[in-house]
Amino acid sequence: MDTALQIRNLRKSFGGLPAISDVSLEVAPGERRLIIGPNGAGKTTLFNLVTGDLPRDAGNIVLFGKDVTHLAAHHRVHRGLARTYQIITLFAKDTLEHNIALSLLGLSKLRWSAFRSFDEGLYGEARAVLARVGLEHLAKKGIAEVAYGDKRRVEIAMALAQKPRVLLLDEPLAGLSREERATVKRLIAGIPREVTVVMIEHDMDTALDLAERITVLHYGRVIVEGTRAEVVADPKTREIYLGH
Amino acid sequence: MKLAALALMLVAFPFIAGEFYVNLASQIFIFAIFAASINLLLGYGGLATLGHASYLGVAAYTSALLGLKLGLGHWIAAPAALLCATLMACMFGLIALRATGLGFLMLTLALSQVLWGTAYRWVALTDGDNGLRGLSRPFHLDDAASFYYFALAVTAASLWLMARFVGSPFGAALRGTRDQPRRMSALGHNVWLIRWITFVYAGFWGAVSGLLFVYYHKYIHPISLSLTNSAEGLLAVIAGGSGTLGGPVVGAAIVMLLKNYVSTYVERWNTLLGLVFVLIVVFMPEGVVPGARRIFSRWTRRFRSAT
Repeated sequence: MDTALQIRNLRKSFGGLPAISDVSLEVAPGERRLIIGPNGAGKTTLFNLVTGDLPRDAGNIVLFGKDVTHLAAHHRVHRGLARTYQIITLFAKDTLEHNIALSLLGLSKLRWSAFRSFDEGLYGEARAVLARVGLEHLAKKGIAEVAYGDKRRVEIAMALAQKPRVLLLDEPLAGLSREERATVKRLIAGIPREVTVVMIEHDMDTALDLAERITVLHYGRVIVEGTRAEVVADPKTREIYLGH
Repeated sequence: MKLAALALMLVAFPFIAGEFYVNLASQIFIFAIFAASINLLLGYGGLATLGHASYLGVAAYTSALLGLKLGLGHWIAAPAALLCATLMACMFGLIALRATGLGFLMLTLALSQVLWGTAYRWVALTDGDNGLRGLSRPFHLDDAASFYYFALAVTAASLWLMARFVGSPFGAALRGTRDQPRRMSALGHNVWLIRWITFVYAGFWGAVSGLLFVYYHKYIHPISLSLTNSAEGLLAVIAGGSGTLGGPVVGAAIVMLLKNYVSTYVERWNTLLGLVFVLIVVFMPEGVVPGARRIFSRWTRRFRSAT
């Protein structure tokens, strides 16, 4: 087993419109992979297919040598796959610590416990996770009360709380100020090496610093793949981004 | 302290109130369990149902039929009725939870209409529109006060167990599926299974209210399985405040008081019920309990700032 995530000939169409066409890629364990491409290239769709949020039309998804294509989304999470969303998807009525606790609960047997009180220990663990992303002081605040940048960090914290083996970050820097971006960038850079990170990002300056290999998607196809230098030097990349 | 005072009041009630009011209180208890069980689905799971009367009706009919046709005692008929209604909830859940939102609502309605129609048409078994008569209450609870205490004890235990359920880790996961089902799935929660377990659990408590219902009335009619009954339960939850523990109880009290008390003075009590519901939705869209809480905290703030 020398790949963390393997995607084989993945295809997805919406109506007659192909969103992902025969995409194959391999991500090594511990690798930092960046997925880039113009709007509508199929980046988020690719993530949704990998996580099982969307059913694929054809192809396979293999996680650490195990084919997870036919597993439901929640089962893939139990195999070590975690993700964040491009559009923040948090529990807006709840506190930060409750959001993290729900994430911890997702992989705990405690989630089936219907007659004991919500474990205070779970909140303790949630606060420890929040401390890792520098948000412990906001643990008791409601999601609606905190800044957008903090919500982004909660998104990442929820994924990290699950101790994933493969982490999919969907535009983790989107909509952040320069200071917030620097904070989140530090946070991503600090993710332990045993976690494989696949990231979609539009902020090239920041994302290229974090990435080891880059995959360029265009109209649902992989058109360039390689190291940062290889991708930047490739004329196809320039054609897509600069139009010449 | 507040809870102890409430408990004392409830225990003392039959000593200070007449038989009519004691019976009315018993009916409120029964309907409160029914409404609270709907609240598990609607308030905590975000699943609006129009078929919950099925479990009330099936438990009531099973208990009545086992007593009348097979001559079984309450000790056997009651658990059998609960089991039968809960198993039916297991099956109905498998069908209804293939959809959410409007689809779920319509499936629950369709399934309950099948049962309602069966109860009406299968005259040989249910005696159709005549209903089943000649039923008895367990433990010789034939006077108003003793049945009141029995209903009070069952209601208190039911509400406590439902409160434990929603306050548990499972309950937290259930609320998560209501607010962000997709995210819950991405966190490793089996959204469908959480909803199905809740559906079955709510069905069980609907069945408990059905048993009390048939014990109270000593009679069962197909109307107990009707859309009207389900809708009144849903109305009680929305009026009282869905997603709160006290809301369905208050909502049940409003509906039962209008239905059984105001109807003796006002012929068109249904119109009045509709009017009250409209007023609640206009002035307290979140329901009476959360609405009253909001108004009370606003007044408290004003009072504090004035002093």
